Amino acid sequence: MTTSDAPRRTFAHLTASTACALALLAGAAHADKIVISNWDGYMPPDLLEKFTAETGIEAELSVHATNEEIMGKVVAGGGKGYDVLFVSSPFAEALHNLGLVADIDHTKVPNVANLYPEATELAHDPGNAYSMPYAWGTTGLCYRADRMEEPTSWMDLLAPADDLKGKVTMLSTDRWLMGAAALALGKSLNDTSTGTLTEEEELLIKAKKDLLAYDDSTFYLKLVSGEATMVQAWDGWCNYGIAENAEIKYTIPKEGSDLWVDTIVITKASENKDAAMKFVDYVLGQDTGVWVASNILYKTPNKAAMEALDPALIESFPNMGMKPEELIKYEQLRDLGKGQKEFARTVTQIMAAQ
Amino acid sequence: MRNTLKSVILLAPGLGWLALFMVIPCALIFTYAFFERGVYGGIDYIFTVENFQRAADPLYLGIFLRSAKIAGLATLFAILLAYPAAYAITRAPQRYQTALLIFVILPFWSNYLIRTYAWIVMLNREGLINQSLVGLGVTSEPLPLLYNNFAVIVGLVYNYTPFVVLAIYSSLNRINRETIEASEDLGAPGFTTFRRVILPQTITGVAAGGVFVFVLSIGNFITPDLLGGGRLQMVGNLIYDQFLSARDWPFGAALSMFLIAVMMALLFTQAVLTNRAAGEGRAS
Amino acid sequence: MKMGAGLKLHLVLFYAFLYVPILVLMALSFNRAGLPTVWTGFSLEWYGKLFTADPIIKAARNTLIVAVVSTVLATVIGTALAVGVETRRKSSALDAVLFAPMIIPDIVLAIALLSFYSFLNVTLGLHSIILSHVVFNIAFVVAVVRTRMRNFDHSILEASADLGASEFTTFRRVLLPAIAPGVIAGALLSFTLSVDEFIIAFFTAGPGSSSTTLPMQIYAMIRFGVTPEINAMATIVMLVSFTLVLVAQRADKEVFTR
Repeated sequence: MTTSDAPRRTFAHLTASTACALALLAGAAHADKIVISNWDGYMPPDLLEKFTAETGIEAELSVHATNEEIMGKVVAGGGKGYDVLFVSSPFAEALHNLGLVADIDHTKVPNVANLYPEATELAHDPGNAYSMPYAWGTTGLCYRADRMEEPTSWMDLLAPADDLKGKVTMLSTDRWLMGAAALALGKSLNDTSTGTLTEEEELLIKAKKDLLAYDDSTFYLKLVSGEATMVQAWDGWCNYGIAENAEIKYTIPKEGSDLWVDTIVITKASENKDAAMKFVDYVLGQDTGVWVASNILYKTPNKAAMEALDPALIESFPNMGMKPEELIKYEQLRDLGKGQKEFARTVTQIMAAQ
Repeated sequence: MRNTLKSVILLAPGLGWLALFMVIPCALIFTYAFFERGVYGGIDYIFTVENFQRAADPLYLGIFLRSAKIAGLATLFAILLAYPAAYAITRAPQRYQTALLIFVILPFWSNYLIRTYAWIVMLNREGLINQSLVGLGVTSEPLPLLYNNFAVIVGLVYNYTPFVVLAIYSSLNRINRETIEASEDLGAPGFTTFRRVILPQTITGVAAGGVFVFVLSIGNFITPDLLGGGRLQMVGNLIYDQFLSARDWPFGAALSMFLIAVMMALLFTQAVLTNRAAGEGRAS
Repeated sequence: MKMGAGLKLHLVLFYAFLYVPILVLMALSFNRAGLPTVWTGFSLEWYGKLFTADPIIKAARNTLIVAVVSTVLATVIGTALAVGVETRRKSSALDAVLFAPMIIPDIVLAIALLSFYSFLNVTLGLHSIILSHVVFNIAFVVAVVRTRMRNFDHSILEASADLGASEFTTFRRVLLPAIAPGVIAGALLSFTLSVDEFIIAFFTAGPGSSSTTLPMQIYAMIRFGVTPEINAMATIVMLVSFTLVLVAQRADKEVFTR
């Protein structure tokens, strides 16, 4: 062997081993794997393990803090790298209109039969063509029954009695902030006509003076600590307050509420749509639904799960017992389409008001 | 020839990085400002200047001015707190200085959110501060320390003062001891020595630190949200809302361009003033 | 170098101001119930939970990797940039480019970078976060190092050259030690910014827990309440870092002396 042969042989060896490694990697890349984005703590912690054990499909969880953030990321990045997303219904609708989510083949998701019939006729996606509902509920008033009488109207929050001034909070997420005013004025939650927006703006700017704060995440704590006496709250969150202090109660004012729905969608960019659908099917199973309801104290549109719930749970948290027939009466949030710009400006006006 | 080569080697990596990962991506986003928002949040490639017209609304100017006021106050207090602290560290024994510096920045390796929660615990009506004030008899009623401008400024000062300390320390250390001693030997009172010898030589550090606080404060959205109770709309929240809640990227881009233009103007004014102040020090 | 009593008092009070909220958050890590702002009793359960909280530990590890790598890169590139800029004639255009990363709203940078990566079909991961963090870190390092160079006496560089030292030796043995405090301050600043940065990390991260950083994880927990596990983690980080600094201080005085 001459000295000049050695480099050539080494090179050949290197190329061969690299080729082998690449082939192995490529092979490994084809094993089924899905990436899911969800709020932290919104699914049973062992769900992914059990899913993998049962189907052999690997599943990885990505967490997002708000709908708006995951929307921004999916729109900017085309949804690449994600297979399954948990987003609220108006966002699912927008994603669908932007061509970023795939249709769901019901034959691959047999557990859709577990859903209440009302949950298959949702305003944004009747027939569940591209989204499956995961959890649903209402937005109302959460209050300290030991410090005040049961409130009956949204105006009790927007124009509080003297002893409540400075002891109430409202949600800061735009749709629900405006929602309170819309309901109080008897308007649709999806109405973005100039007249309606102006009326809502006036009402909310007046209400701002008597607010303690806008709060999306610690409002139930303010009730527990006594900083606030009444807060605008999603029913599931109010349950966290009720769990800490039995004097806390939830009620829906006479003008009504909205029906919010958190849904599951599959991205169009997904390269493992079949695996993703298997996951959606798994999530719609009865066991997952029971966990969701019992652990995060949210209602799920899963009939099989809700009927299997421990009655003691419903006694402690009355809003868990709301029936779909009642829920479906309430208006659902839709994507605002063209009206979004005016709506956003109105919200800015309110938030910036001094 | 050698100088040019040296310049290129020093400048190329940094400028290349910024060109590739900042200039180009942002330029692309800023072109969106000239198009319309799609019905569902995407981009309709129809040319328009409507976004700039909308951005010229007094509503947004008002938000910017209010944010600038709060950021300005935070900057002022941060500098007042940081300067003596940085100075004290430079007067400490040499071998302890880096450690002291790290101890200044250490609290900020915890998480922004939980530090903010800690302040909520301290500032609320039954919180630690009010309890001490009432307990010691300083006030009879708890003070409203939370969900207002005061809380936001406290939060901003708290989170950004350490950066000012680092900036001022960096410029302070090099002060030529001799010029200080000379000034003292010539009989100048302490404050005069400070004002005419030390301060001019450190003004660039103060300016850099001030810029850090101002810029970081104006773009902040967590502090006005949590400590301000969402009652204050600052520029950070505004731009966020356009990109994420309203999904109106063209308008968000237009607003950002206005913001950047104004900030650049402010920064250049500051740079001119700083150079003049530093020059004065050296000339005398 | 003596320190007057007034100055010493200010420094002590300053540290008190910085650390009282930290003590509060450490105390909250022993809170029995998972409430971040209401005390309900003493408990160690969150420390226990922390050690089985795989996502949090994974996220902490990722954050450390991103912060260290982006700091090293930004410090090297930024210092070179600062030296290069200060040793040539002033240019407003250059200054503007160097200020820009600080001024551009972080959401704009986040979306711009994600769109850019997406357009180039770059796979996202921890590396894409690092690339993005270096952008704003460079700006801060440059600003800090430049303040150091302002008061710098350039004649000692000439003296070094006159005495026959090569460019590189001059750089390494004369310039670098002189600007070292600025470089260290810039590095600390860069590390701190990176460790707490959320929005750019969120947008430029790859999907999945292998690219999730601690701020991303913590903010995502906000919907169901930030539990004291995070306080427990922060407490541990504080105590470990504090101890490391004290130990390093004692063990190698040389490192901290200049």
